[in-house]
Amino acid sequence: MQTPYLLFTLLILSVLAYFIGKRRSVTVVEGALRELHSLPAYYGYYTALWGLIPALFLMLVWLSFEPTWLAHQTVASLPEEIKSLPSSKLNLQLNNIKNVAAGLQVSQRVDPLIVEAAEHYNRLRKISNFALTLVVLTCSLTGIWLAHKKINKDYRARNVVEKIMTGLMILASTIAIFTTVGIVASVVFESLLFFRQVPFFDFLFGLEWSPQTALRADQVGSSGAFGAVPLFAGTLLISSIALIVAVPIGLMSAIYLSEFAGSKFRSTAKPTLEILAGIPTVVYGFFAALTVAPFIRETGELWGWVVSSESALAAGLVMGIMIIPFVSSLSDDVINAVPQSLRDAAYALGATQAETIKQIILPAALPGIVGSILLAASRAIGETMIVVMAAGLAANLTANPLEAVTTVTVQIVTLLVGDQEFDSPKTLSAFALGLMLFVVTLALNVIALHIVRKYREQYE
Amino acid sequence: MNTVTQSKPESVSRMKTLINKSMSAKPVNFQGEMGATVGSIHADNPRITCRNVNVFYAENHAIQDINLDIGTNEVISLIGPSGCGKSTFLRCLNRMNDTVEGCRVSGEIKIDDVDVYSKHLDVVPLRAQVGMVFQKPNPFPKSIYDNIAYGPKIHGLASTKAELDQIVESSLRKAGLWDEVKDRLDQPGTGLSGGQQQRLCIARTLSVEPEVILMDEPCSALDPIATAKIEQLIDELRQRYTIAIVTHSMQQAARVSQRTAYFHLGKLIEVGKTSDVFTNPLHELTQDYITGRFG
Repeated sequence: MQTPYLLFTLLILSVLAYFIGKRRSVTVVEGALRELHSLPAYYGYYTALWGLIPALFLMLVWLSFEPTWLAHQTVASLPEEIKSLPSSKLNLQLNNIKNVAAGLQVSQRVDPLIVEAAEHYNRLRKISNFALTLVVLTCSLTGIWLAHKKINKDYRARNVVEKIMTGLMILASTIAIFTTVGIVASVVFESLLFFRQVPFFDFLFGLEWSPQTALRADQVGSSGAFGAVPLFAGTLLISSIALIVAVPIGLMSAIYLSEFAGSKFRSTAKPTLEILAGIPTVVYGFFAALTVAPFIRETGELWGWVVSSESALAAGLVMGIMIIPFVSSLSDDVINAVPQSLRDAAYALGATQAETIKQIILPAALPGIVGSILLAASRAIGETMIVVMAAGLAANLTANPLEAVTTVTVQIVTLLVGDQEFDSPKTLSAFALGLMLFVVTLALNVIALHIVRKYREQYE
Repeated sequence: MNTVTQSKPESVSRMKTLINKSMSAKPVNFQGEMGATVGSIHADNPRITCRNVNVFYAENHAIQDINLDIGTNEVISLIGPSGCGKSTFLRCLNRMNDTVEGCRVSGEIKIDDVDVYSKHLDVVPLRAQVGMVFQKPNPFPKSIYDNIAYGPKIHGLASTKAELDQIVESSLRKAGLWDEVKDRLDQPGTGLSGGQQQRLCIARTLSVEPEVILMDEPCSALDPIATAKIEQLIDELRQRYTIAIVTHSMQQAARVSQRTAYFHLGKLIEVGKTSDVFTNPLHELTQDYITGRFG
């Protein structure tokens, strides 16, 4: 039986097991449900879980070891001359066998030896598959039978089911953690490869970014420079412009929405603001490139300034608009969450609305507001599309917002787009940049958390 | 207003039937020509006068035609079953109802002859003059010191740090909290116990030197010991302030107040000296309530 069908059968079995367990618990006490330790449904769940979880686990283990076993068996059946090939070539042969076995077109003329091996491979797979079906179903049925036998009026099915559910929840929560650890590990590993070729401090403090590597030593422009400072400066510049736009506008609209606006206006204005967050960043990108950037250039020319047609200012402004809803919507929520009793207390002392907001509400809502700004900042730092379209790719080290700059994420994209060799410093530098970005945002988060803990006023 | 005038005779007749049904026929006193309230709505030395006060929450007529005077240096307790409008009435006196959406107030409320609902009145000085203590202790999430200092600061009552310290200390002393907190003024007010928090809130109210204090069930969340402390405090405060207190505890009303007003379904049923209301209620509804037959 194929795996999806097997899974489906298992599910059906466990559903049946649920009803079997439930019925059994009722018959065991002859309908006197008060005598049962748990509700009948728990005996059902208990039986179903016994039918499902061990079988699933077995299946997982089997499927993860099956390919290795198959490969091993197939190689063992091959003649000595192929078996003695170096492992890379052997793998190639094995791939060929698998392709033929799957019925895929293989470009070159197929060796009869390979065809035979492929048939052997398929036979083995069939056997394995049959055995898997048999073992898994037996396991499931045995589980159900065992659970069924165990049910009596004193058996604490609810406690067992609750324990298993807790275990599942723990598993779910650790998946995210392990994924993060995995991502970080892979990035760190690739970055180490990069730092073997480019010195760490050259990367960290280098002032020039021009990521090319030569194929031959005498090639023109063979000198690659991997100084990340211009990229981080560009990221910082654009993100700062975006935050300068978004934080005051977002905060003020949040304060207006939560403290001044009537409920009718609020209920329409808030969703409308949130629409901004739903616009694809590509759309923002061409708005920035086609509308805002030319406008800035023309305005600049009126004043006699030199403005490049792609500027940090254009990208930053549009990005600022994009992240307004993050600030306004979240801040609005946290300001609303400040208890009305605090407002009443301030008003009853004769505080004006402005005094109440500035001195009572905002301090109480500070952690949430900082959180919303952080979220907006991380969106700004991670944003790529707008920068590609409106700020360009030139890695200038400048603090002038009217010049073209580029950001870390944009460079990562350009480094990895297209056909790349995965061992050149050019490609590997993307991972180093990613790692740096990760470290920087992590540091920002830690600092912000620290600030919040120091200054927050905790209500309840 | 129209609906209210129409409902007057009806309510009078309803009351008459109620009184006729009364087991022990009591003398009924209709003092003050305005409406259905029995007992005397007048105080000896009135500071607050309310005439024909009506409050609407959207379409809901929350309180109807209240006429009541509150005297200087007097504690008046407002009692009645839940939802009878006593808190709503209390919140009219310093216009805290303004913060409730859809709330409308008509009629006339005068404090020291100033019309509270006049268009020209600025609510900020009014609320500084009429302080309020709430049902649940609601200290600011600031230090104990800042909780008290906040009011004087925004009203500019202290020009130096020493003056501010002085205000903080005297407010805390008046609220009977000074000895318990003098060594930890910099700690958050939210860290105090429930009773201490409520006394902190009273001290905060006193710090801006109000003339009237409104208390909305100030002891409902407190244990008997904290309650006793606050009741004692109310008795002391009477020398300097006018106090209106909403309470669900009949014993508390009897202990702390000189006059008692009984509210029922948005109407003021009976007002009188506390001793009279509790020993010899004029109205059947009042009697039912204080003897615990409902409410």
